[in-house]
Amino acid sequence: MAKITLDNLAHSYLPNPGSEDDYALKELNHDWEDGAAYALLGSSGCGKSTLLNIISGLLQPSQGRILFDGQDVTHAPTAERNIAQVFQFPVVYDTMTVRDNLAFPLRNRGRDEAYVAARVAEIAAMIGMEEMLNRKARGLTADAKQKISLGRGMVRQDVNALLFDEPLTVIDPHMKWELRTQLKSLHHQFGHTMIYVTHDQTEALTFADKVVVMYDGRVVQIGTPDELFQRPEHTFVGYFIGSPGMNVIPAKVEGNRAYVDGVEIALGHGYGPLEGKVELGVRPEYARLSRDRGLPVTVRRVEDVGRHKIIRAEFFGHDINIIAGEDDAVGADMTRVTFDPERINVYANDWRVTPQHTARGEAA
Amino acid sequence: MDKTVNQKAWFLVLPVLILVAFSAVIPLMTVVNYSVQDTFGDNVFFWAGLEWFEQMLRDDRMWDALGRQLLFSGIILLIQIPLGVFVALNMPKRGFWASFCLVVMSLPLLIPWNVVGTIWQIFGRVDIGLLGYTLDALGIDYNYTSDPLAAWITIIVMDVWHWTSLVALLAYAGLQSIPDAYYQAAKIDQASRWKVFRYIELPKMMGVLMIAILLRFMDSFMIYTEPFVVTGGGPGSVTTLLSIDLVKMALGQFDLGPAAAFSIMYFLVILLISWVFYTVMTNLDKRDG
Repeated sequence: MAKITLDNLAHSYLPNPGSEDDYALKELNHDWEDGAAYALLGSSGCGKSTLLNIISGLLQPSQGRILFDGQDVTHAPTAERNIAQVFQFPVVYDTMTVRDNLAFPLRNRGRDEAYVAARVAEIAAMIGMEEMLNRKARGLTADAKQKISLGRGMVRQDVNALLFDEPLTVIDPHMKWELRTQLKSLHHQFGHTMIYVTHDQTEALTFADKVVVMYDGRVVQIGTPDELFQRPEHTFVGYFIGSPGMNVIPAKVEGNRAYVDGVEIALGHGYGPLEGKVELGVRPEYARLSRDRGLPVTVRRVEDVGRHKIIRAEFFGHDINIIAGEDDAVGADMTRVTFDPERINVYANDWRVTPQHTARGEAA
Repeated sequence: MDKTVNQKAWFLVLPVLILVAFSAVIPLMTVVNYSVQDTFGDNVFFWAGLEWFEQMLRDDRMWDALGRQLLFSGIILLIQIPLGVFVALNMPKRGFWASFCLVVMSLPLLIPWNVVGTIWQIFGRVDIGLLGYTLDALGIDYNYTSDPLAAWITIIVMDVWHWTSLVALLAYAGLQSIPDAYYQAAKIDQASRWKVFRYIELPKMMGVLMIAILLRFMDSFMIYTEPFVVTGGGPGSVTTLLSIDLVKMALGQFDLGPAAAFSIMYFLVILLISWVFYTVMTNLDKRDG
């Protein structure tokens, strides 16, 4: 177990990177605290796996350093870093039995057989494969193979960190919950530093203490699930987290008033002068459809997803989503929308603007 | 699952049956025809029954040729398969040098067989051949026309030169299909180089290696042109492999009946060995699966 420090880290797959666009991973400084469970969330190709492979030593970064508990391991080979990693697609040793697969990392490190047997039994119970220990891994389903991969990742107790690269992609939904829960309880039990890469927000939010959101090779926000939901630091975070994501509406902001197409919207806080592209971000959960209050909106479609209704609407030429309770009636005469002023975030050039404290008094 | 019975499906395989009939079955039948008849010329044939088969089976000549043939195929498989795998493991995985290696290694496969024979025939000559002359100059007694061991070494080295590339290319294709994640996982699991080969590369190559072994066995078992050009089956008959012997009998001595019987038994031996091989391999596959 170790604290992992990324110091000025960046990586490009090109031999001579020029502009910033050449970098798959843009300059990054971050401490992964010892014993914390992190989720690394982002869409495909945003640099998540690159970062993971740099930490595990499968990839050498173009610049910067990685430190484990203050010790520079940037150029240390994977074996020396003592890291466990589970990949997106199952990697099993086909010709070995399930038992030998699970024992493989321990035997390679020369642990004695009694210890190996005990660990294998423990892990087999955890992944629910005790019955299959003597079977060859070859004929098993993708599900079972991935469970073996997970098991192989967890079999060593002394690892510095456990890295998961979208490990549950091939597992069926009900098993996903179960395995994720097990991973979490494993974390509570042994306190390994865990980094879990995923593009599935539910997976990230349920697994991690802290979620690291990446976008275009950059870490855009690190925070608890609640912080990501309430105060997305970047429009991408707002859009990526939440279902549907945050509504982003171009606007003009003056003090504690915003104007969309010249129509005024009240904000919960005041803002100084803003430059660049200014937008309002409101989660669909904080928008409300109404008959007589608020601003005009044209409802295009209502989707009932069971636990609530999602209303797809047009607001001054922009598509927005509104969430209404499952039991709320949505009538044809409901042509207005209100936003909760406290929950509106203001963005300049895609980054969240911190409100001015003094503005609060004026708004009241 | 229930299988649907539909006899009309036979019509779908009919074109292939017709093609195979004309390309293989009918020519083969003419050989069968020769093998059970005798002639004294003038295209007049008499029924001879299994006489030729009995004669051939009693004849040491065929058994000796079969023995030499098995020895030859055995040796070249023992050399070419491990060597091919070794070459494939050491080839660059991608980039310019990967393509370069592929092209260079394909070259021997593209050379016509009698040219391969001629190349080695000249290469090994003591008077004008680079290899023969050099060995002679080094004081090594090498003469493939008079020394049986030298003749055997020459045809084996020639076959290895000619065909190892095929094994290497097949093994290389097998290696290329292994996803990077396997190697990465092996690093994480701290597997040694040997274990990576034993538990990742070899199992993943098994399928293509089986094909390589089968192809190399069948081809080497039927080999004619190259050793014929180099040694002509000599010195004496020490390099007279099955097909060289067969041609001598059929065209040299014009013993059509015995040669036909020989051909059929030759064919059956190849079929038998290939079938045994295939069955053993598929059963191994099933047992593992």
